[in-house]
Amino acid sequence: MDFPEGLRYSKEHEWVLVEGNSATIGITEFAQEELGDVVYVELPEVGEKIVKDDPFGAVESVKAVSDIYAPVSGTVLEINDVLPDSPETINDDPYGDGWMIRVEMNDKDDLKDLMSAEEYAEYVEQQKDDEDEDEDDEREDEEEEEDDDDDKDK
Amino acid sequence: MAQGLKKTALHAAHRRAGAKMVEFAGWEMPVQYSGVIDEHVAVRSRAGLFDVSHMGEIEVRGPGALEFCQRISANDVARMNVSQAQYNLLLHENGGVVDDVIFYRLDAERFLVCVNASNNEKDFSWMRQQAGADVEVDNVSASYAQLALQGPLAEKILQPLTGLALDELKAFHFQFAGVATVRCLVSRTGYTGENGFELYCDVDAAEELWRRLLNAGAHDGLVPAGLGARDTLRLEMGYPLYGHELDDTTTPLEAGLDWVVKFSKPAFIGRSILVRQKAEGAPRRLTALELVEPGIARSGYGLYRNDRLIGRVTSGTKSPTLGKAIALGYLSREAAASSDDIDVDIRGRKTRAKIVTLPFVRR
Repeated sequence: MDFPEGLRYSKEHEWVLVEGNSATIGITEFAQEELGDVVYVELPEVGEKIVKDDPFGAVESVKAVSDIYAPVSGTVLEINDVLPDSPETINDDPYGDGWMIRVEMNDKDDLKDLMSAEEYAEYVEQQKDDEDEDEDDEREDEEEEEDDDDDKDK
Repeated sequence: MAQGLKKTALHAAHRRAGAKMVEFAGWEMPVQYSGVIDEHVAVRSRAGLFDVSHMGEIEVRGPGALEFCQRISANDVARMNVSQAQYNLLLHENGGVVDDVIFYRLDAERFLVCVNASNNEKDFSWMRQQAGADVEVDNVSASYAQLALQGPLAEKILQPLTGLALDELKAFHFQFAGVATVRCLVSRTGYTGENGFELYCDVDAAEELWRRLLNAGAHDGLVPAGLGARDTLRLEMGYPLYGHELDDTTTPLEAGLDWVVKFSKPAFIGRSILVRQKAEGAPRRLTALELVEPGIARSGYGLYRNDRLIGRVTSGTKSPTLGKAIALGYLSREAAASSDDIDVDIRGRKTRAKIVTLPFVRR
């Protein structure tokens, strides 16, 4: 799984590319994998204000709608106009062509709450470990059941 | 999440294949393997293999079996020959749908009823209640696994594995046959709109059958397909899903399933209500919608005309085949009488949709 070095990451699985006072925002590879095929993206308009930790849009998979949370506060400068016609770009290239919005930040201090690539990689491992633990528990249960069945046949 | 959920015989195989699992009707089922759209496209252009073992099977037998089946359902079961299958609706006294099911006529006095996973206990208990002394009703779900092989290449993939002459098996008919040495009930039925088969086999043989089918079809691009694709495929056809378009309060006439109700047959539960509805018009009507402004309609969203609430969405998605957002929803009788555009309330935003006829996708 990819965790590009030059980006900052939020707990809600958004990435931020900082260039001067501007922040480009998208969702991470982990997020798009969890979502599955993206079929629709709801984005704010240029000029709108987004507020840190509040939802600023939504990303929709075949089955469900997921909010996207603002990792920083700011004013929308640009939105990716490829996404309305090709929402699957988010699956194909989440860190590049799948970028969502670019904002002018209100306060660069907002960036302090975001994680580095290493920290985010660890955070994702944690999430996966939790999933794997559940799966291991299940596998143990299944194996126990099979052993019990074998015993019954005897 | 895993604790307490039922698992089909293929659960381990799904996990090994890297399937994303979800809870459905008390079962842990594969929602996707390679991706919902990928699997959907595979079924429409090649073939997909679904594990639908979570569905239930109820056997009805005895001298009173035919009369019993007729009484509890809307369609004319007497028209079924042995080896025929029939889509049918079990009805409440008030005309509402208990479940949508498939009947299989195994013999003059023996029927197998395939029921929705979510209604297994409900259907069984209701059928037992309705049964007289001359009919036996048995829930045999635990002994059956069920696989669905669907797509234009389904027959080509299946034929080498069985001695059954598939080109002689008509739609909504079935035969017992060996498939890859596994004894199956092979029926030409399905929930995708594509040509295909549903294979019922013993639980203990399911893993072998699954593996053999996937191997046999690999060369033709057969892929395993999950519940995500199952839903987008059926919605493109306009097929109802119990719990969405159908529930205990919806009648067949409201749901556009008039064709299933055979008023000419002798008395059946719910008949008088439906006779009246047919004469007066059903109080609401299931309607097919296509969004003409950006957005996707989801189950539960309100439907409006001139700012008046006239109904609700029951199912919606973006159609992989059409690339458009499609939906099914109920409109009041009044509203359904007009074919003017309506608005879907998508999380606070009124989004224009037009009324269309089913199916969304023609096969």
